[in-house]
Amino acid sequence: MFSFRNLKPYFWDHKDPGTGPFKHLFDYRRMWKLAVGFSVTFVLVPVLCAGIFDFMVTKTSMEGELFQRTARVVSNTRRSVTFFLAKHRSALKFIVRSSSFEDLSKPLQLYRYLEDLRVAFHEGFIDLGVIDSAGIQIAYTGPFKLEGVDYSGQQWFKEVLLHGVYVSDVFLGYRHVPHLVIAVSHELQDGSVYVLRATVDTVQLNSVLTDLQLTRRGSAFIINRNGILQTESRYYGKVMERMSLPVPKYSARTQVKEVTTDDGKQLIVGYAYIENTPFILLVVKPKDDLMGPWYNTRTILLAFLSMNIMVVIIVILSVVTHLINKIYLADDKRLAAMHKLEHENKMASIGRLAAGVAHEINNPLSIINEKAGLIQDMFVLKEMYAKDEKLLSLVDWILKAVERCGAITMRLLSFARHIDVSIEQVNMQELLDEVLGLLGKESEYRGITINVDVGSNVPVIESDRGKLQQVFLNMINNAFAAMNKGGILNIKVEGLNSTFISIIVADNGCGIPQENLDRIFEPFYSTKKKEGGTGLGLSITSSLVHELGGTLEVDSKIGKGTTFHIKLPLKSKNKQVETL
Amino acid sequence: MKVLLVDDEEQLVSTLAERLSLRGFEVSWAITGLDALAQVEIDTFNVAVLDMKMPLMSGSELKNKLQAKCPAMKFIFLTGHGSEADFKSAALNTGEEYYLIKPLNIDVLVQKLREVTAI
Repeated sequence: MFSFRNLKPYFWDHKDPGTGPFKHLFDYRRMWKLAVGFSVTFVLVPVLCAGIFDFMVTKTSMEGELFQRTARVVSNTRRSVTFFLAKHRSALKFIVRSSSFEDLSKPLQLYRYLEDLRVAFHEGFIDLGVIDSAGIQIAYTGPFKLEGVDYSGQQWFKEVLLHGVYVSDVFLGYRHVPHLVIAVSHELQDGSVYVLRATVDTVQLNSVLTDLQLTRRGSAFIINRNGILQTESRYYGKVMERMSLPVPKYSARTQVKEVTTDDGKQLIVGYAYIENTPFILLVVKPKDDLMGPWYNTRTILLAFLSMNIMVVIIVILSVVTHLINKIYLADDKRLAAMHKLEHENKMASIGRLAAGVAHEINNPLSIINEKAGLIQDMFVLKEMYAKDEKLLSLVDWILKAVERCGAITMRLLSFARHIDVSIEQVNMQELLDEVLGLLGKESEYRGITINVDVGSNVPVIESDRGKLQQVFLNMINNAFAAMNKGGILNIKVEGLNSTFISIIVADNGCGIPQENLDRIFEPFYSTKKKEGGTGLGLSITSSLVHELGGTLEVDSKIGKGTTFHIKLPLKSKNKQVETL
Repeated sequence: MKVLLVDDEEQLVSTLAERLSLRGFEVSWAITGLDALAQVEIDTFNVAVLDMKMPLMSGSELKNKLQAKCPAMKFIFLTGHGSEADFKSAALNTGEEYYLIKPLNIDVLVQKLREVTAI
C-alpha cells in the first residue's frame, strides 16, 4: 500500500545528540529546508514574474481593444442619432423656407405638409403646428385640438426664439407612446418671427439603437442631461424613468469609462453628448461578457503555470531529498566507522594496560605463591606444625587466592595478545571437530545438541589454528552457558566470496538484552561475575577475530537465542603484533 | 634427581628450590643465564626449569646453550605470559618440552619433573 510515510526521507527524524560549533552541519532537516527554499525561490520567482508580466500585458491590450471597440460603436451611433434629428429638423426648415407664413397658417395647407412628411418619414411625424411670435398656436394639424394654445410662457418657446432650433426631451404623448418635439423658428421679411413645431415619434430613433448588434447583455440607449431615460434600455430602467447608472460628465468627444455598480458589477460605459439636444447617448456593456475570451485564455494560462510550478516543485523536492539522503547516509556510515575505530582504539589501550598490570602483578604473585607454598610445605613436612589445622587452612586460603589471581592475570595476558599470529593451513571441518572433541563430554552431560554444517564450497583457509580454536572454544562455551538442557547449537560455515568465509554460531538460549549487546565485547564486562566469569571471554574472542583480519557481529533476542556472525579472510596477514 | 632452576626473581627461585628440596629433589638455582651456564660447567643436571622471559638471556636462548653442553638434559619452561594457555600449550606438550604457567602449582611441577625424567 502506498503511504506518505514511505516518502519520508531517512534523515527526517534524525536527532543529533551532539553539541558543539559544527552541530548545524548535521541538521539535515534544516539543510533540506534551505535547499528546497532556495531552489524553489530562484526557479519560481522568474517564472512567476514572467507569468504575471504576460498576464498584465495581455489584459491591458485586451482592455484597450475593448475600449476602442466601444468608442467606435458610440461614435457611429451618435452619428446616426444626430442624423435622425438633423433629418427631421431639415425637413421642417425646408418647409418654413419654401412656404409663406400665410400658407402655413391655413390648416388645410398644413395638413397637406403633414401628410407629405408622414409619407416621406414613414409616419414619423405626428402633428404640425405654427406658432406666431406672440406664442399663440395659430394653425395646427394632428390628432389633438391645440389651435389657439398659448406657448409664450414656456421654456422651449423661449429657446427656439433664441437659438432658432429646439429639440425637446422625450415625453409620453397620447396612447403612451414616447415622442419628442422639434421646433424651428423663421424670421419674416418684416422682422417678425414664427415657429413651426412638430411632434415626432421616437420609434425610428429606438430602432436605430436596437439595430446595433451588441453583445448579449450590452445595451444602447439615450438619456437626457438629468439622467431620465429617453429610449428603452434593456437593463438600466424604462423610458421616462431615472437611469440606474450615474450621469456621465460632459465631454465634447466620445468617451469610454469603466464603472462599478453598487452591486459590484464592472461595466464598460461609452457615451457621447449629442450637440444642440438634451440627449446623451450611452452604450453599456458588462465587462465580464467582453472579457470572456480573455478569461478563458487566462484560465489556460493559469493552469499551465500551476502545472509548471507543480512539476518544478516535485522535481526540486525529489532531487533535494535524494541528495540530502545520500549525504545523510554517507555521514552516517562515516560516523559509524569513526565510532568503530574509536572503540577499537579504546579496546587496544585497555588491552595494553591490562597486560601491563597483569605482567607486573604476576611476578610478585608468583613469589607469594612460592613463599606461601613453602610455609605449607613446612607445615606438612615438619611435625611441629603439622597438627595446627588453623594455620594450614590459612595457608590454603592464601594459595587459593593466588590461584585465582593467577587465573585472572593469565586471561588478561591472553587478551593483550602479545604472541605473533602464526599462519598455517586450516581446514574448518577439522578445526571444529577438534574443538567439539574437547567439549563433547560437556554437551553430552548437559543434553545439548550440536549441529555442524560446513558447506562444500568452504576452502582450506590460511589462518592461526590456535587462535581460531580459542575463538570457537570461547563462543561455544558462551553458548553452553546461555542454554539449558535440550538446547540446540547450530554452527554453519560457508564460502562468502573469493576473499571471505562466513561462520554462523547460533544458539537457542536465553539471549542478551539489548542494553548489554553493545558492551559484551568490552573487557571485564560480565553478567556472570558471581559465577566466576572474568568478563574477558568475548573481548578476547573479538580481538582474536580482528587480529586474524575478520569481523565479529552479534544479534540476539531475549528468549530466542543469540547468533554470532563471523567473517574470516581466506588469507590472514601475518602481522607482527607488539610484544609487551 | 638433579634440577637446575633459573629465574630472574631471586625470591621466587630460592623459595621454589627449597620447596623442591623438601620433596626430595637435588636443586640448584641461578638468577641469570650466565650463572646457570657456569653451574652446568661444574655439575650435571637431569632437568632445567627455565623462566621464558629473563633479562640478558631468554629461556629459549639459554635452553639452546644448555642443550649444546648437556644433550641429555630435559627442559621445563615457566611463563608469566598466560597467553600460551589452552591449546598452544596442549599442542606443544607432546614433545620433550613443557610449559607451565606462573604462578605455579607445586604438585604439577613435581609431576612434570617426574614425567620428564621418566622418559
